[in-house]
Amino acid sequence: MALDRGAQAALALHRFGLGPREGSIAAIASDPRGALRAELDRPNAGRIEDANLRSSGEVARTVHQYAIEQRARAEKQPDKPEMAPASATANPGPSVPQQFYLADVKVRYGAATGADVGFVERLVWFWSNHFCVSAEKSEVRPLCGAYEREAIRPHVLATFSAMLLAAEQHPAMLRYLDNTRSIGPDSRDGLRQKRGLNENLAREILELHTLGVRSGYSQDDVTRLAEALTGWTTIPFANASEKGGEFRFNPHAHQPGARTVIGKTYGAAGVEQGRAVLADLARHPATAKHVATKLAVHFVADDPPQALVEKLSRRFAETEGNLKELAVALIDAPESWSAPRERLKRPGEWIVGAMRLSGFMPPDVRRLMQMQVMLGEPVWWPPAPKGFPDGSAAWLEGIAQRIDIANEIARRVGETQRDATGMVDAALGPLASAETSQTVRRAESRTQALALLLMAPEFQRR
Amino acid sequence: MMFEPHAPTRRQLLLGSGVLFAWAHMPRLALAEGRDPRLLVVVLRGALDGLAAVPPVGDPDWVRLRGDHALTADGATPTLPLDNFFALNPAMPNLHRMFKAGQASIVHAAASPYRERSHFDGQDVLESGSVKPGVTGSGWLNRALETLQPARRVQGREAFAVGPITPLVVRGKAPVLSWTPPRLQPAGDDLTARLLDLYRHTDPALARALEERLGLAAIVREGSQDSAQPDPAKPGAAKPPGPGAAARVYFAMAAGAAAKFMARPDGPRIGALAFDGWDTHAAEGAANGRLAMLLGALDAALAAFETGMGDAWKETVVAMVTEFGRTARINGTAGTDHGTATVALLAGGAVKGGRVIADWPGLGDAALYEGRDLRPTTDLRAVIKGVLRDHVRVDAKALSSAVFPGSDAVEPLGGLVL
Repeated sequence: MALDRGAQAALALHRFGLGPREGSIAAIASDPRGALRAELDRPNAGRIEDANLRSSGEVARTVHQYAIEQRARAEKQPDKPEMAPASATANPGPSVPQQFYLADVKVRYGAATGADVGFVERLVWFWSNHFCVSAEKSEVRPLCGAYEREAIRPHVLATFSAMLLAAEQHPAMLRYLDNTRSIGPDSRDGLRQKRGLNENLAREILELHTLGVRSGYSQDDVTRLAEALTGWTTIPFANASEKGGEFRFNPHAHQPGARTVIGKTYGAAGVEQGRAVLADLARHPATAKHVATKLAVHFVADDPPQALVEKLSRRFAETEGNLKELAVALIDAPESWSAPRERLKRPGEWIVGAMRLSGFMPPDVRRLMQMQVMLGEPVWWPPAPKGFPDGSAAWLEGIAQRIDIANEIARRVGETQRDATGMVDAALGPLASAETSQTVRRAESRTQALALLLMAPEFQRR
Repeated sequence: MMFEPHAPTRRQLLLGSGVLFAWAHMPRLALAEGRDPRLLVVVLRGALDGLAAVPPVGDPDWVRLRGDHALTADGATPTLPLDNFFALNPAMPNLHRMFKAGQASIVHAAASPYRERSHFDGQDVLESGSVKPGVTGSGWLNRALETLQPARRVQGREAFAVGPITPLVVRGKAPVLSWTPPRLQPAGDDLTARLLDLYRHTDPALARALEERLGLAAIVREGSQDSAQPDPAKPGAAKPPGPGAAARVYFAMAAGAAAKFMARPDGPRIGALAFDGWDTHAAEGAANGRLAMLLGALDAALAAFETGMGDAWKETVVAMVTEFGRTARINGTAGTDHGTATVALLAGGAVKGGRVIADWPGLGDAALYEGRDLRPTTDLRAVIKGVLRDHVRVDAKALSSAVFPGSDAVEPLGGLVL
């Protein structure tokens, strides 16, 4: 299926980016693929510099202090009944941890709506979901944004092994998958406290982050990796408050000795032992296949062409997991462009696409959060370490809820200046079907026209 | 009339969960005393495993019954200490904080008078307040409200609307309002019809998904007129993205938003919420799995409610009850089956907290009810009667006749609230 340049430009924006803004399709029509590459080549691509955002260490320490103050306040309150009746109720607003969470969510929406095409942001979202943490754990929630900024974004166009290491030793991940509680049974602390291993992180590293499920590793490999990762924890707040909450290796909790993981023996080397295992996992052929498959499913098709998966897998292996080269291989492959436009956009993609097209930007980011909750994809809040599912089938039922949201966005944007034909052109260019054009043109109002356009199959699928 | 269970499709979960049902008037008597009590009843449908929520870590038989699944103080996910015998599931740090602050109590080994093990009959007994299922179509909370002298109508009529699914516990003669969280204004029929037409011509899969919704909407509409309308199975329905994740998040947000309503000086004082999904037959996951997530969601909702109530929290009681408990032993699929006694959780600034109230029956084989369940030693009605009498000032005589008919022998449990 050969597409003309205009159609290719629209496809580039929908399939690899976050959807067109006014004029985007025309702007990149001379070289759609070049526009995607240009985003990859931009200096500091993927990174977020925002003076208002805090590092994960700062967030953790502030939240810790806040919790202490809250406890103190809660203990004081029962003896001090106040006279003020309920009428004196003032809305206290979001709590300190929630404020951190919301601040990062807001900046993330800003990056997504502000991007020219959005290819790099889409890659960030992909990797962030691959190495997901979840706000479902309240102690992780305020760290979610810092996690993405620190562990994912700096590496999104660098190497897989660097991202893997950054993710697994990030305090948010160590807490989310319980590694901070995991103690080598024969370590000094293990012998003293009679506590032991927690395999959660090790299992998810093998099953979800690297090799993939049923790729040949055994329970023994899980246990050995868990042992190698004992001692990967965070600095307690009490002893060294200026670094509290940051990553540290605690040798006293580390299970001593050499061990064998996936057929290779690693000598006793403290923190380097676990790092060496991760480096080998990053290079493993099963990891290349796992990552290539997920990437192809996410960007191209529920059941991606085998040739594409093989190309990506090979490129991953050849470049030792260079993620920029992998992204280039994705957009260079003809299969990436010729697959039918069947993938249903995930809720976040679709909402951002609607924002980019319509200019909808509510002053309170919680409005957007609420929409994502309704559609089952709250930001950084996957139900399990596997992340949000990518297949279209998982999201099809939510199409009904999307109508309410499309309606809401259209109502909030109000009567736009553009006529219906102009709107369809800006959103879909040559991809618009005759039926969609007609349906939008015949809408009873411009508000309804926008809602219909946001709900059109060509705007839902890519 | 039988209580009509609803199938937990995602759409309906969203409809049922988080909808606040509240009494339309102020309670005059308590107001006259200079108090302004708030009561929220949370019905946990599906039978909460009270032993996994509040493990009796000091009971010598506890680990024997649950094996690796027994939550303990020194396990991989250590429990949160309550007293020297009971501990709290680690998924509930907020309830623990409230307990330690004297703002939460737990009644253990409690059960309604129902002794069979059917969810729907159990829920009927729990919510109707009758001794047997299927006796009445009204709920005890509504009948309790009827006995209170109504003061002025609460504010915010414009925000209230008749809800699609009214839980039995609030059904009855006393006028009840429901408040649906500030979700989005539903799209008009015309927009939907135009889209359906477009999808039918261009995208059959989207057309089918939309038709499903229209079908469901029709059921809800019929259901509100005739609550005996059964809910036909929907075989083709797509799986929700992640097991109930959206609903769980939504529930916390909705509970927080509902609280802001009840916190308002002119807002409702007595309300009810339902929270489904506690039927953990397989892979119960008390430490890290499904039950932990549900308890975490309940805990988050409780914290959101606390925050939303603001200063009114100190006059609030949140009572969390479930239709029955689960088997004392773990079953062959790492879950638990329908049982008998369980916990009732009380939280709020008005709770005389920091106590686990239990006439503990023990977990030895001979102590178990019918050799399998935690034996009930406290009648759940005594707990509810205690709260209604001492917090909301429902007349004690009415409690034994109108509210819980035939419960003369069940003395209200005193001293639950400040």
